[in-house]
Amino acid sequence: MNVTLKIWRQKNAQAKGKFNTYPLKDVSPEMSFLEMLDYLNMQLTEQGEEPVAFEHDCREGICGTCGLYINGRPHGPMRNTTTCELHMRSFKDGEIIYIEPWRARAFPIMKDLIVDRSSFERIMRAAGFINTNTGSAPEANSNPVSKIIADKAFDAATCIGCGACVAACKNSSAMLYAAAKIAQYAMIPQGKVEAKDRVDKMVRQMDAEGFGFCSNTYGCEFDCPKGISVDFIALMNREFLSSKACKQKHG
Amino acid sequence: MQQLNSKIPEGPLADKWSRYKTSLRLVSPANKKKLEIIVVGTGLAGASAASALGELGYKVKAFCFQDSPRRAHSVAAQGGINAAKNYKNDNDSIYRLFFDTIKGGDYRAREANVYRAAEVSNLVIDHYTALGVPFARDYGGALDTRSFGGVQVSRTFYAKGQTGQQCLLGAYSSLNRQIAKGTVKMFSRRDMLDLVIVEGKARGIITRNLVSGELERHSAHAVVLATGGYGTVFYLSTLGLGSNASAAWSAHKKGALFANPSFIQIHPTSIPVLNDYQCKLTLMSESLRNDGRVWVSKEKGDKRHPTEIPEEERDYYLERRYPAFGNLVPRDVASRAAKERCDAGYGAGDSGLSVYLDFKEAIEAQGKKAIQDKYGNLFEMYEKITGINPYNQPMRIYPAGHYTMGGLWVDYNLMTTIPGLFAIGESNFSDHGANRLGANSLMQCSGDGYFILPNTIGDYLADEIRTGKIPTDQQPFKEAEKAVKEKIQKFMAIGGRKSASSFHKRLGKIMWDHCGMRRDAEGLKKGKELLNELEEEFWKDLRIPGNDREINQELEKALKVADFFEVGRLMCEDAIQREESCGAHFREEHQTETGEAKRDDKNFAYVAAWEYKGHREKPDMHKEPLRFEHVEIKERSYK
Repeated sequence: MNVTLKIWRQKNAQAKGKFNTYPLKDVSPEMSFLEMLDYLNMQLTEQGEEPVAFEHDCREGICGTCGLYINGRPHGPMRNTTTCELHMRSFKDGEIIYIEPWRARAFPIMKDLIVDRSSFERIMRAAGFINTNTGSAPEANSNPVSKIIADKAFDAATCIGCGACVAACKNSSAMLYAAAKIAQYAMIPQGKVEAKDRVDKMVRQMDAEGFGFCSNTYGCEFDCPKGISVDFIALMNREFLSSKACKQKHG
Repeated sequence: MQQLNSKIPEGPLADKWSRYKTSLRLVSPANKKKLEIIVVGTGLAGASAASALGELGYKVKAFCFQDSPRRAHSVAAQGGINAAKNYKNDNDSIYRLFFDTIKGGDYRAREANVYRAAEVSNLVIDHYTALGVPFARDYGGALDTRSFGGVQVSRTFYAKGQTGQQCLLGAYSSLNRQIAKGTVKMFSRRDMLDLVIVEGKARGIITRNLVSGELERHSAHAVVLATGGYGTVFYLSTLGLGSNASAAWSAHKKGALFANPSFIQIHPTSIPVLNDYQCKLTLMSESLRNDGRVWVSKEKGDKRHPTEIPEEERDYYLERRYPAFGNLVPRDVASRAAKERCDAGYGAGDSGLSVYLDFKEAIEAQGKKAIQDKYGNLFEMYEKITGINPYNQPMRIYPAGHYTMGGLWVDYNLMTTIPGLFAIGESNFSDHGANRLGANSLMQCSGDGYFILPNTIGDYLADEIRTGKIPTDQQPFKEAEKAVKEKIQKFMAIGGRKSASSFHKRLGKIMWDHCGMRRDAEGLKKGKELLNELEEEFWKDLRIPGNDREINQELEKALKVADFFEVGRLMCEDAIQREESCGAHFREEHQTETGEAKRDDKNFAYVAAWEYKGHREKPDMHKEPLRFEHVEIKERSYK
């Protein structure tokens, strides 16, 4: 199959970017989307042009590195699918495909399709952990957790930190990302102890990074490649409203 | 000539570690604050080590090439993590986990190290649970376990098919906690390009900042490599595309011995190659073999749709050849058996290079829901990649390069032959012999990082409390940086026509064909020659567009590919000298009448540790004899 690619090219963070057009011939429908870009890049390199910079690693949908805005959708047209899991059989012969980086104030573009997601790191560093030292853990089965709760915590924990939720949101909100971690820990006994403090710190960091607020359009859930539920945002809001710091500030 | 001293403590096997620990010297909290440690890599081994060392009060600098430590390839481990908890009351024990690992490794691992890994496995599960890792639980709220290849007990803890992800996120959370406290300083988007040695001791590293292209000098009192394996030497492998050998290889070139490089695991259940531009093979977890049955048609070149092949015309070859373990034989055995059927002309699919993994019976017996609960995400992953729904028809699978048992030689303290340089997790060689058992990798990485290294490194650092801060303007730092700079300039100046990936792909094919699942002396020699030829072409015809003072992914790739030529040659060299078959290393010349691996314990019960002698120079081999005092060494049978 043949496709026409319109790809966002931007030399570095300071430069102005623009769309470049690349007609690409003999694309196999069996190729993954990123293999199609590899194929383009191999041709560009051999022609002496700079290849398109994009991030990727595991190529099996689990590391969260890749993330492209494809035809106006984070990770492209398929639901519950990361960019690396997307295959060219999902596109038509002759199709024009627009490829852009995530666009959000808190994710500045570094080059072409690569964005800086270190704001996500800082949210986790604010309090995305349970304060426990190596060696101090009790025997693993001394603390039973009901299967229903454990399974729910697992569902929240499947977040791969790709940033599609932010890219999908018209407010560039990171609520789903933060909520998934906050909820995972708030639901299980190990994490409950510090739940109020955690939600307070993580929410504040999220705001400080310049992510927007949630206006309940649920675009994040729809485009999340791991199908993480917006129910966790509700849980996060409940935790936040009952947190000590929030009460002190707002009475 | 270097003398290898493995420093295995005396005494009964079960007491070695606990006794040894009490003999290790300590560093006082006041002195720990003055000591710096570099940890390279933030997978399960690196993240756990960096956080545990930070908790102890050392000043840690952690490095990764990804944008975030959470993306290291431990994230992709699927099936589980082993521990000797005996929660299923199936007569499991530390000794059994130790024994299964030694046997699974075909008697080519060190007894004392393996026993210690089994011993700390229970602490690892306790710790991850405390960190909030959502392992699977049963209805009473207790942790659930399942079975894995090469064992007859149920000791594998899991989080659906995402155990590696969940454990890594646990380790990542403990790392974040230390970063927040300021005990760990995180350097992401950095490639380690050289090790710096000052007066015989590892004192720092040279990194390239992957954003600015700048070369940076970092110093410390000890350096820990947790840089994973070199399975991407095959180009097509189950690893992440960024995984590479370069950090470990730079240490090897500076004097660290490299052990058993040819021991590389080919995983039996990967999705087969589907197109010529493929650069990655996706694994289907070994746990699937708990419920899936492996078969091919009894008829050669059978092109019928699998659902049209009746039961009596199917050859369940693993169950036929290995009735005691059936579909749960270890990986090396399962991989070779698949290759044997395909080479004999019974393979499935258009290429004939795949076998079926069938869940029909399990779905009928347990219901679709039960199978979905256990393997849901794997089935989805399979469908996304192949477009085929495995609930309705069998999966097609084929072996793929996966895990390297070989790696930097380390002693019982996990220290390499360079004082002050430690290697943990997959980057060292010590615990898996010639074949790794499933779910033992997460166990070893976490054990090394959380519970072993933090103890042993103190003994080394006890001598460093008077050293003071290590300046980076010393001559060895300048020289190392200069050498890296010149190397990069050399790459940029080639100005050829071909991309780094195109060379990597050809290199991988040479390795797969000549140093893959089945090897012989002639093929291995041929492989070395082909690597030499391709390497010459590489240095003439490589093209790297752009410049080196910015994000340049082609340069990053080229630096890695250049090292793989050398890694590949050493793998061939090692496979040539090992005139026996053991574990994943199968020499055509050494097999039993029924085609099983034929070990030679009299002549080859040793670790081959190689010393670098220069580019294209013949390396020196050092032997560490393996002594088996606590298991009876015998033919490894799963029949």
